[in-house]
Amino acid sequence: MTKIKSLDDLRNRKLQLEQSMDIREKSNNPESLVQIKVAMATCGIASGAREVMNALLEKVEKEKVPAVITQTGCMGYCYAEPTVEVKKPGHDPVVFSYVDVKKAGEIVDKYILKNELLDGILPVNYQTI
Amino acid sequence: MYKMQLLVCGGTGCRASASAQIVENLNASLKAHGLEEDAQVVTTGCFGFCEKGPIVKVIPDNTFYTQVKPEDAEEIIAEHVLKGRKVTRLLYENPKTQEHVADSKHMGFYQKQIRIALRNCGFINPENIDEYIARDGYSALAQVLADLTPQQAIDMVKQSGLRGRGGAGFPTGLKWEIASKNSADQKYVVCNADEGDPGAFMDRSILEGDPNSIIEAMAICGYCIGASKGLVYIRAEYPLAIKRLQIAIEQARECGLLGENILGSKFSFDMELRYGAGAFVCGEETALIHSMEGSRGEPTFKPPFPAQSGYLGKPTNVNNVETYANIPVIFLKGPEWFSSIGTEKSKGTKVFALAGKINNVGLIEVPMGITLREIIYEIGGGIKGGKKFKAVQTGGPSGGCLTQKHLDTPIDFDSLVAAGSMMGSGGMIVMDEDDCMVGIAKFYLEFIVEESCGKCTPCRVGNKRMLELLEKICNGKGNMGDLEQLRNLALVIKDTALCGLGQTSPNPVLSTLDNFYDEYLAHVQDKVCPAGQCRALRHYFINPDVCTGCTLCARNCPVQAITGEKRQPHTINQEICIHCGVCYQKCKFNAITVQ
Repeated sequence: MTKIKSLDDLRNRKLQLEQSMDIREKSNNPESLVQIKVAMATCGIASGAREVMNALLEKVEKEKVPAVITQTGCMGYCYAEPTVEVKKPGHDPVVFSYVDVKKAGEIVDKYILKNELLDGILPVNYQTI
Repeated sequence: MYKMQLLVCGGTGCRASASAQIVENLNASLKAHGLEEDAQVVTTGCFGFCEKGPIVKVIPDNTFYTQVKPEDAEEIIAEHVLKGRKVTRLLYENPKTQEHVADSKHMGFYQKQIRIALRNCGFINPENIDEYIARDGYSALAQVLADLTPQQAIDMVKQSGLRGRGGAGFPTGLKWEIASKNSADQKYVVCNADEGDPGAFMDRSILEGDPNSIIEAMAICGYCIGASKGLVYIRAEYPLAIKRLQIAIEQARECGLLGENILGSKFSFDMELRYGAGAFVCGEETALIHSMEGSRGEPTFKPPFPAQSGYLGKPTNVNNVETYANIPVIFLKGPEWFSSIGTEKSKGTKVFALAGKINNVGLIEVPMGITLREIIYEIGGGIKGGKKFKAVQTGGPSGGCLTQKHLDTPIDFDSLVAAGSMMGSGGMIVMDEDDCMVGIAKFYLEFIVEESCGKCTPCRVGNKRMLELLEKICNGKGNMGDLEQLRNLALVIKDTALCGLGQTSPNPVLSTLDNFYDEYLAHVQDKVCPAGQCRALRHYFINPDVCTGCTLCARNCPVQAITGEKRQPHTINQEICIHCGVCYQKCKFNAITVQ
């Protein structure tokens, strides 16, 4: 284990480690964060949901968006996969259809950061617990 | 980077229910599904909700699975991690609405809690110092070493209003100040981890779940009072806490957070463990110090206080585990923040171990000033089996019983003393209508008589005599004079015993005498135990209309107290009967009644 010899050492060590704990810190306050759910059932994965999920993870980290990304099962919109549900604090959830890596980036840039809507929004007609 | 994390409780309670096997099975299932890169299994400290353990919490969606068995691991991985579907049958069920609650934030058990001392328990891996550092660990120590003089740091602890969590509630900052002002070539910082109250397990859980917070706080204390050596006096019966503390000390040394010139400062500090053999009296600080020195664990008269002459005759500061656990937060968030929580004279929070006849047994941390009603009915989920609440025993053998009339009293150090009990280390044992209060007083006295070190006469002899009186009363042989004598003895012991253990030992008797005098009267005058717990006061009768004369009871009676002809109703000779209840259990026709 490397020695921590000064206050700066401790701060640097903390910064390095923070990222791995970030996921836990965020889950402590899920209501105050943007919640992104990627449908990852067979239909979703076959249409490329795994790539979308990874792209979102990278993008969120890069832009330092306060968001938690989880995967869900089939939301039922198999015709429109991959689908991504985004719930911003205080907003109703929005489901985006036919999401690819490029569109995933747009969701973050436009909808999450600037509150602009994109094409391909599916009407939400369900409730979750 | 992991997309998901599975936090598995590794506290003693959950480990006893095979949580180590759960971790193994989860890892195996992750591997089988090729998910090792995506999800990580982390063993943490206690979540506190021991009633529903073992607990597995899935991050990031904060799903709280309860009573998980090793064989459930595969389903959690295959359903939740792989497909994102929560395993509903393992979710907590709200007992009032029968609805499943997925998130711990929405469970009554957690809603009223503020977790300061338990901030990292159930959140970090206690065997990995990095996870502690990532949560601002050792930042308080760094800040103190870099920016504050010892006196400035002591002043911050004083301003916070923190009082010792071990029982008596002595102001911590003041204690540190006294130790700092006594000059000596060597001073010591001691952590009292000799948790001995029946039913209390908060110190163990903190040491198991967040050992680094204790190390950091002891180092801060060492800087403040001018000590370079720390000692943790811990019960040998806590093997997991010992192991995790050892790992933490080892890792802190490797990182240079213990040892010479910590963080580039002139301050050096190191610590080691001392094992206690589990004597209750060794929780008293002078007895603890004698035990550490290798002498008999017996208390000595104060003054001199340990702050003047403690371990090996040197100034020594002794604090309890939970007290230390609060220290880093006071420096990180400021004393004003800390003192904004709680009541006027008791600041911050208190950890209670909720046990007994309550639905949600577990470890809770609540702000001072919360009422018993909130603890029992909102956090604790009410009395088991819908029975009637009778009393709460707080403060262990040194405390007393609180009753219905205390339900709405805000709880803090002073209000509990005013109610005839005390905070103690925070054991809270809930009793219902089926508990006999005379029997409860007897139970605690048995404990005291067992644990009394025998040094002073009032405690050694007086408690033994009190126990004999209580046994007499429970056996139906007591008289009114015994009740008076019981009270007199109790008051004399309170005034004359040498140490805190002896002085508080009559509290369970005094508080039950005050609050449940009618139960004592029933035992003495009517020779009846209202709760039906005292065996000698239970009388068995055979109902001649129901008895078929099968002779089963007569054949099983160990003292041949039952006689009768075959196929004729039998009778019990009350002179011979020893009230064992075997006939009652054996009878197939419910012909035997208890009075």
